[in-house]
Amino acid sequence: MGEYQVRKQPKKYDVVIVGSGAGGGMAAYMLATAGIKVCLIEAGPMYNPQKNVTQLKNPWDSPRRGASTHYRPFGDFDACYGGWEIDGEPYTKASGTDWLWWRARMIGGRTNHWGRISLRFGPKDFRRKDQDGLGENWPISYDDIKPYYDRVDQLIGVFGTNEGLENDPDGYFLPPPKPRLHELFIKDAAAKAKVRVIPGRLSMLTQKIKSTTDRGPCFFCGQCNRNCSIAKADFSSSNVLIYPALETNNVDVIANAMAREVMTDKEGKATGISYISKDDKMEYQVLGKVVIIAAGACESARLLLNSRSQRHPNGLANLSNVVGKYLHDSTGASLGGYLPKLFGRKRYNEDGVGGMHVYSPWWLDNKKLDFPRGYHIEYWGGMSQPAYGFGFGIEGQNGKYPVNGKKKEAGGYGASLKEDYRYFYGASVGMGGRGEAIPLESNYCEIDPNVVDQFGIPVLRFNVKWSDHEIKQAKHMKETFKEIMHNMGAVITWGGDDDEKNNWGLAKPGEIIHEAGTVRMGDDPKRFALNKWNQAHDCKNLFVVDGGAFTSQADKNITWTILALAMRASDYIVDELKKQNL
Amino acid sequence: MDRRKSLKLIATGAVAVPAVIAACNTEEKKTTEQVAGPTFNLDRYPEELKREKKLLAEEKFFTPEEMATIAVLADIIIPKDEISGSASDAKVPDFIEFIVKDMPEHQVPLRGGLSWLDIECLKRYEKPFRECSHEQQIEMVDDIAYPERKLKPGMSQGVKFFNKIRDLVATGFYTSEIGVKDLGYMGNRPNQWNGVPDDVLKQYGLAYSDKELKECVKFS
Repeated sequence: MGEYQVRKQPKKYDVVIVGSGAGGGMAAYMLATAGIKVCLIEAGPMYNPQKNVTQLKNPWDSPRRGASTHYRPFGDFDACYGGWEIDGEPYTKASGTDWLWWRARMIGGRTNHWGRISLRFGPKDFRRKDQDGLGENWPISYDDIKPYYDRVDQLIGVFGTNEGLENDPDGYFLPPPKPRLHELFIKDAAAKAKVRVIPGRLSMLTQKIKSTTDRGPCFFCGQCNRNCSIAKADFSSSNVLIYPALETNNVDVIANAMAREVMTDKEGKATGISYISKDDKMEYQVLGKVVIIAAGACESARLLLNSRSQRHPNGLANLSNVVGKYLHDSTGASLGGYLPKLFGRKRYNEDGVGGMHVYSPWWLDNKKLDFPRGYHIEYWGGMSQPAYGFGFGIEGQNGKYPVNGKKKEAGGYGASLKEDYRYFYGASVGMGGRGEAIPLESNYCEIDPNVVDQFGIPVLRFNVKWSDHEIKQAKHMKETFKEIMHNMGAVITWGGDDDEKNNWGLAKPGEIIHEAGTVRMGDDPKRFALNKWNQAHDCKNLFVVDGGAFTSQADKNITWTILALAMRASDYIVDELKKQNL
Repeated sequence: MDRRKSLKLIATGAVAVPAVIAACNTEEKKTTEQVAGPTFNLDRYPEELKREKKLLAEEKFFTPEEMATIAVLADIIIPKDEISGSASDAKVPDFIEFIVKDMPEHQVPLRGGLSWLDIECLKRYEKPFRECSHEQQIEMVDDIAYPERKLKPGMSQGVKFFNKIRDLVATGFYTSEIGVKDLGYMGNRPNQWNGVPDDVLKQYGLAYSDKELKECVKFS
């Protein structure tokens, strides 16, 4: 570095937002459309789904045929920049604990590749402590958030059906796609196991919606994880929130900007963000009347803990000393195999949407179970686009089942082998559970006293372990899935041999990428970082609008609730700015 | 190799560039370098692109002799038949050359396996595998292609190798244009999902419920 000086961005903004995913994107959109001047800081590069395209590529367009890399762990066509490891940006783990940290680094964050599963939390999800004595109740109820779910449904679009279920609320749904063939088999098999199966709830436009003329209906290529460059038919923060927000001319985006800390004044109020530009390696400051943090639950906690000052010796928003604590991810366990009755099946295009057309919301009563909270089940299978890994291990399959009526030896080669690949294609089926973990004080991330990243920013050290609650849940998942597979006549080829030695195949903490709870909201400033408006108890012009704010996370994917809460917090900010309260 | 063809392949990102460079003479190499910075037709971000370029600039991993053996094996595993072409028609050997650089964990098992195969053939036929007659090659392959047979002594490592090369040949083939067509995958194009076709529902004795027919999106 030739000269060391901090450059101050000359423009003073109403609001500075850190992070451009679901929470940051929604805040930017809401505030910009309300006429508020916003500066949006993103640690990754600019990304425009209209120009950065992986959609509708063929497997051979990737020299590795869609295999994953360090840079695209979910495959070469996945839209997300980032991954489990980012060069130059380490994180550490306390010994005997585990955490896998997914970091998206791009405009729109991980919403560019998420599963688009868009589930509202239900009334019971906000009051879990009342039911099982574990964790905490939220400071808000379903009735508080319902109007915002309604608005998110209508602004962004989601398909599904109103089923009148107590804890899986109805919404403003577009018509769902019909089940695929394997999903019809799943429906029957699950019914026999007394597991309810209903149409999926995913944010893809099966029809045009009224809120926008910019987004087309889905054309069923099944590639939502590549982001819908062509029709913008699925939700990503980039397509649906950020670029529309930019059109208001009220938003400046600073990409490749790694936030270092939230700056505060003598009174302890936030004044803006200091960041390092990855482009020129220079230090910058940008000022705003309000600061919104939406960097992702763990990155937001890190930023707050690194924002120490005389007034906030413990880090910002951390008077309660809970920032980083109560970190929890969804539980996850899965298994799969194939359905012999689908061998030799007729070919047709069954791509559908990029995800499940049916799913199972939690269906049981915990009073009769040995674990608290529940899980939902996601399903997959069928004739998907071939990719790297296709055909692996055929010798485990072609000796077991007659091919077109002919008994064969396992393995082989030649024209006979080609017949086998054709015969077995499209018969795969699988399922996974996503459940609610209990947020515990003993599961946390903190600043590692010994390690900094390449920018000199102290990094996170994780300290997370599953408890018996989650392990028992995984066991229950596996038992349920086996029953469904059995009822279908399916053969399990993976995930069927788990036992207590490997926690019943329970995914590692962090692996499901639904991290939440690190900056939790609650009424008591001594025990919670934020109030019910996502506003820091100890710094009234500071807000956190990502999963960090969650008091608990339900057995539902958290994006829809992040969006609803970010919308709600944005309304509150607009209001408070008008009243000059911030 | 025809240079125009090779440049076209670079542009589509369909093949590993080093395979092209190595095949060119010095004069042509210069030209190839001028177009360095292969254009990917799928999105790459800066750090990722840096690695891709490095990977594509690497020397060829396999020797010409190893590549020749891979090509023979690939076409034994996936020959031309009445439905589709062969593994080498689908450029599977080029895919294997690329993938071992992308995933170095394949390098030792493949190189070692190829070497094992040649030594075995030298013992049996006094020639490396690629120079054996087709009948000899098939005789050799029959000893390692069927893992559940009672194996001849000393064949188990060969079986392991053949399982691996079969996997990579099949994956390379069925993710190529020829292979995808062979499988009959009909997606990856704009369309309208109207549910499982009627004749297929009938074949499996299934029907959509009235609720589904009423609620789900329909296209006429």
